[in-house]
Amino acid sequence: MKLTLHIWRQKNASSPGKMVRYETDANEHMSFLEMLDVLNEGLIAKGEEPVAFDHDCREGICGSCGFVINGVAHGPLPSTTVCQLHMRHFKDGDELYLEPWRAAAFPVIKDLVVDRSAFDRIIAAGGYISVSTGSAVDANALPVRKKDSDMAMDAAQCIGCGACVAACPNASASLFLSAKMSHLGLLPQGQPERMERALNMVAAANEGLFGSCTNIGECEAVCPKGIRLEFIARMNRDFLKAAWTFRQERVESD
Amino acid sequence: MSAAATALTGKSAERFRFWDSPIGKKAVMAATGFILFGFVTGHMLGNLQIYLGPEKLDAYAEFLQQTKGLLWGARITLLICVALHVTAAIQLALLQKKARPQAYVKKTSAGSSYASRTMYWSGPILLAFIVFHLLHFTTGQAHPDFQHGAVYRNVVTGFQSAPASLFYIVAMLLLGAHLYHGIWSMFQSVGINHPKYTPVFKKLAALMAAVLVGGNVSIPVAVMTGLIR
Repeated sequence: MKLTLHIWRQKNASSPGKMVRYETDANEHMSFLEMLDVLNEGLIAKGEEPVAFDHDCREGICGSCGFVINGVAHGPLPSTTVCQLHMRHFKDGDELYLEPWRAAAFPVIKDLVVDRSAFDRIIAAGGYISVSTGSAVDANALPVRKKDSDMAMDAAQCIGCGACVAACPNASASLFLSAKMSHLGLLPQGQPERMERALNMVAAANEGLFGSCTNIGECEAVCPKGIRLEFIARMNRDFLKAAWTFRQERVESD
Repeated sequence: MSAAATALTGKSAERFRFWDSPIGKKAVMAATGFILFGFVTGHMLGNLQIYLGPEKLDAYAEFLQQTKGLLWGARITLLICVALHVTAAIQLALLQKKARPQAYVKKTSAGSSYASRTMYWSGPILLAFIVFHLLHFTTGQAHPDFQHGAVYRNVVTGFQSAPASLFYIVAMLLLGAHLYHGIWSMFQSVGINHPKYTPVFKKLAALMAAVLVGGNVSIPVAVMTGLIR
């Protein structure tokens, strides 16, 4: 199959980018990234700079890959990362526009590669639990309601790819934030830090230049892991409760 | 220092609370939106008395004017709600501009309603409409032949102007779109989302939006077609 690609080419973070047109051949068994690999082989042979894109496991679980195909993050197939998107879902003669995630929080490093360390700073702000190291507690000593553990597992599916931010018209990280908060907040181990987690992660997202959630659901539609809007409501609940009941710690000197 | 403490530094450590966060602002928008939705519903029900004749409608208007305390209490409450709703919307829109400085060359919506994506448009147009509406039927400056207290007559003469009627109809369609998203979205904003209830909220939102558009649009249409004269 023959494809016409329009790819965002940007030399580095400080230079302006532009869309560049390429013609390429692909077969239906290739993944989208393999199709780009073939394009890059050709570019290298011609002495041109290959298209830079993020990738690692190529089995849809690491969260490294992802860009926008024809205006949809991770492309047209629901619940799929670009590495798991196969060319059989496209037609001969298709014209595809490939762009990086666009958000102030995710500056472009090169071509389709963006810097997602804003997500790391959000995790550092509250996406953890404190446990005593040493001998592990007997797992069965701490009962967890089945429905809670199922929901926590659903939230824990989040691979932090950033598609939610890319798809959101407000560039909000709410789906990511809420997945991390729900994953921990639904389990007993996540309770001690639950309120501080909500305050601190939301504050970190604000400092990271992410936008506000307007409940429109674009994020849910593109999420490769099926994280639901319901988790955002759960985050809102935690945050509002924490914000209303917050007590400033008083440190007395002497 | 733990990582948690480093996230809240300087000013934000003291101040990053309810109103400073987008979630807090959205909760305020939900609460004020709820009150405003309640008002437009009551307002429509009151207005529909136009079909009962001039005596009924004018008597209802006079009854509302009688209790000044209640009237001004309601007006001030609505004014505060509009002010908060608009302030939060403007601040969130400015945040949006900062968060997505460069637009996509090509963007396709994958799962959102047209109404939800156009809230930033339907909102300001509705605000302009409210100003016009007050000048048209409350204070009369925008009305060709306004008489205080003669509500029925003012409505009929006001809607005999085709441009005015058309603006009302367009504004009501936008109100419908705004509420189609807003009525269920307010629950999400304050943290209520459940597979059992959210689909009900969405259906309720569609129903209420349709009822409000239908009820309100019927009045200029009735005047224009001569059903009410």
